[in-house]
Amino acid sequence: MAGKTLFDKIWEKHVVNNVEGGPSVLYIDRHLIHEVTSPQAFAGLKARGIKVARPEKTVATPDHNIPTMEQHLPIHDELSRFQVNKLKENCEANGITMYGLTHPYNGIVHVIGPELGLTRPGMTIVCGDSHTSTHGAFGSIAFGIGTSEVEMVLATQCLMQSRPKTMRINVEGELQKGVTSKDIVLYIISQISTGGATGYFVEFAGSTIRKLSMEARMTICNMSIEMGARGGMIAPDETTIEYVKGREFAPKGAEWDKAVAEWRQLPSDPDAVFDKELTFKAEDIEPMITYGTNPGMGIGISAHIPKVEDIEKASQNSFKKSLQYMGYQPDEPMIGKKVDYVFVGSCTNGRIEDLRAFAAFVKGKKKADNVTAWIVPGSKQVEKQAIEEGLRDILEEAGFYLRQPGCSACLAMNDDKIPEGQYAVSTSNRNFEGRQGPGARTMLASPLTAAATAINGVITDPRTML
Amino acid sequence: MPIDKFVTLESPAVPLPIENVDTDQIIPARFLKATTREGFGDNLFCDWRYDKNGQPKADFVLNDPTYSGQILVAGKNFGSGSSREHAAWAIGGYGFKAVVSSFFADIFKNNALNNGILPVQISDAFLAQLFEAIEKDPKVKIKIDLENQSISVPATGISEDFDINPYKKKCLLNGYDDIDYLFSIKDEIAAWEKAAQ
Repeated sequence: MAGKTLFDKIWEKHVVNNVEGGPSVLYIDRHLIHEVTSPQAFAGLKARGIKVARPEKTVATPDHNIPTMEQHLPIHDELSRFQVNKLKENCEANGITMYGLTHPYNGIVHVIGPELGLTRPGMTIVCGDSHTSTHGAFGSIAFGIGTSEVEMVLATQCLMQSRPKTMRINVEGELQKGVTSKDIVLYIISQISTGGATGYFVEFAGSTIRKLSMEARMTICNMSIEMGARGGMIAPDETTIEYVKGREFAPKGAEWDKAVAEWRQLPSDPDAVFDKELTFKAEDIEPMITYGTNPGMGIGISAHIPKVEDIEKASQNSFKKSLQYMGYQPDEPMIGKKVDYVFVGSCTNGRIEDLRAFAAFVKGKKKADNVTAWIVPGSKQVEKQAIEEGLRDILEEAGFYLRQPGCSACLAMNDDKIPEGQYAVSTSNRNFEGRQGPGARTMLASPLTAAATAINGVITDPRTML
Repeated sequence: MPIDKFVTLESPAVPLPIENVDTDQIIPARFLKATTREGFGDNLFCDWRYDKNGQPKADFVLNDPTYSGQILVAGKNFGSGSSREHAAWAIGGYGFKAVVSSFFADIFKNNALNNGILPVQISDAFLAQLFEAIEKDPKVKIKIDLENQSISVPATGISEDFDINPYKKKCLLNGYDDIDYLFSIKDEIAAWEKAAQ
């Protein structure tokens, strides 16, 4: 019998039962909730007269719909304030811990889970947000769910899920200077498309992945949903264990030793078989940038936008529609293009390492006058650390301003909206039409590319400035 | 919330021959501030459907009186992006009971099924035939038979079978939802929890 994959091991340990000819009932270890996708679930429970089954396994944080300035004041947008208050009300009524605005643990749900040690190897983790895949970086099965499923987890701590197929994506070799984990994942998506991993759970492996920090690994797993995958994961190793150790909710003492011993058993067996396996070379990867309106429309920054005839015939109309939205022509270069906004933040690239990389790059330089920059930490803890490490001072000297944490311009539910027709280089995860505000035009890139672009005022290859 | 039963549906269809229709197009994030499930249908495809003054754009299919019906036929990779169930609520709220495409994003598919909306995944070739049939006759009816897992255009005689998870099929045919099932095995879950600790 073939060995087991990381995915198999965790999945099998969490199956309560298998419905004949149907999905499995999967037990959920950690449930994270936020203000946008939970109110209807609580209302559903109330209508059915059901109580939350395991309130201690759910943690809440408002993040999607909050301002990133003056968070100590009441939220001025009435609907946003109502939604954030509703979360508080629902958590209080059901005994769920919530880290509200200004709480030292508040932040983007996928940033605070790992930093508090709520996210650990071997767990099943869900949240009503597709970027829950981020937590897979710890060697957990983590995926986004809809609100009906949030209700299921609140009601029973279980979910009905069909077992996805497994895929392993290996990345081997040395990365070029100026190439980050964001570029790795944008490169993979550009190669396999936004539907390339639909139906699969992806394990990222290989020598390049092994060398990445936990935060860099989170960026990759975060965007596994953008290749259509149900989730992404990376086997736990010493880097993982070192990261989790000592965090607020990490096991301590004898519990810790027991947990670590279990985590060491999780990596895929050498003879494990995946339904699909792909391998990419690290040296083929340049700093990446997107030119279109889905995350699969990415190219190396020195490349030209594809020609219409290079696109599969059936997709040519969608390609043209996308370029029209962006105001671009086929076969144009990306370098030197106009930029109005730079956004650094989100659950993809809003962690301390991202802010460090950005700050180190802009240190001693000046932001271009034509660029409005929004630098948004992923959590209160990231904000605090950025201030303590002196990153905020460096940013301010270079003409930048550190805002307060939240999802911000990644999905522009709050006031952080890119105006219609304007161009933004964004470290977030989606460049869909209108994602960053109605009519906004988004180019996804790494914090380094964002930094180089913010300084030069036009799209810039960060390697030319390193 | 119990879902509407879905057995068969025969209706004209609204064609949307665009690939990779993502959840931000289906329902833009700025409309996610509601705390109930109602009202999202008014903003379905909002930025394609209305100009910035809120006036309907004549060139968008939902504003074209030629097309109507309870079936949306869309280009491949429909529903990619966010896990927001608001996308399914918007489609259901508008009045669609089924979405037909040659490829669906996973989370969207689950969300649709959990709301009694049937995602019908067909081949690229059959999708092209459907678009062609609708172009020739915008009022042509498409028939979806869940029991037999078949989709057809009775007027032209074309048909194709589709797959659906047998459990989900049973749920839709009977109007059950997953919470009904999970709640019925509550004791089993509690016993499993105890054993796992």
